[in-house]
Amino acid sequence: MPSSNVILLTMLGCGLATWLSRIIPFVLLKHFQLPKQVVEFLSFVPIVIMTTLWFSSLFTAHMGHLPKINLPYALASVPTFLSAILSKSLLIIVLVGVLSLMLLRIFGF
Amino acid sequence: MNDQLTWQAAVKDTLPTIFGYIGIGLAFGVIGRTSGLAVWIVVLMSAFVYAGSAQFTTVSMLTALNPVSSIVLTTFLVNSRMILMSTTLSAFFKKDSMAKNLQIGSLLTDESFALSMNKLNYTQNRLSFEWLNTSNWIAYLTWVLSTLAGALLGNIISSPRRFGLDFALLAMFIGLLYLQVLADKSMSKKLQLLAILMTMLLTYVSMIILPASLVIVVTALVGCALGVLVKHAFF
Repeated sequence: MPSSNVILLTMLGCGLATWLSRIIPFVLLKHFQLPKQVVEFLSFVPIVIMTTLWFSSLFTAHMGHLPKINLPYALASVPTFLSAILSKSLLIIVLVGVLSLMLLRIFGF
Repeated sequence: MNDQLTWQAAVKDTLPTIFGYIGIGLAFGVIGRTSGLAVWIVVLMSAFVYAGSAQFTTVSMLTALNPVSSIVLTTFLVNSRMILMSTTLSAFFKKDSMAKNLQIGSLLTDESFALSMNKLNYTQNRLSFEWLNTSNWIAYLTWVLSTLAGALLGNIISSPRRFGLDFALLAMFIGLLYLQVLADKSMSKKLQLLAILMTMLLTYVSMIILPASLVIVVTALVGCALGVLVKHAFF
């Protein structure tokens, strides 16, 4: 591990970089309207972001090689998805997901 | 979820998502501690950076003695998707003061964004400062406290993974994605499904040809652009 000063400096930099990504659009867009094309582009952000956050976690990436599948996550996604269709309740979906992975790990996956 | 935008509704709506923060927060506390960081540093990192996956990357890059500049750049790239999310979200808070906008922005996460997008389907496309701010603070406090618990218990519960808690976040994204497609009337189901399939393919290809820190942001940008193209070509 590097010294405390280096760690603190890193944290300061990472915190600022993240914070700026979070707030700059709120500051810049407070007083003017985005063009129609941009709004249309942004309308895809929710489903695209949620899909890639989930799907990218099902693999381990090695640039230049085929991604390696994370079998427990991929398998646990199936009952989780089924519980989404059946319950339509986020709480139940999350509980089924966690329980599924726990059972998979118990059975050695 | 209903059309209420009060703080009470926020508490109820946020409850299912806190498992994600608890699972990942505990895991981060444990990993930060076992990587040799002091408890206060691990907790400070969660409180100040507040960025889930990027914090794990930061810890592993610190242990590998990477230069500060490349750690900060990687964090920026991993988190630059926040720009897309806060741009989308800012449209709903134009009437609120700058101070309120800054508060909403400062505590924005993938989860609170996804939750807000779902909420819109029940509220005739409205959000309130009271609702999102309450939800954000519950999430933030849960995250910091879970990190603290993980850092303190680090040596005892060596693996929160055994309890499947690391899947809470993914389960939440699966749930929110499904509920989003189900409830969103502004875009046809066929187009949404097509966008999802294209995004899965893009994610897979990006993982082969791009460094890990760029996968999500590049997929997000290209995925949205492809969505617009397909919409104009076929819908």
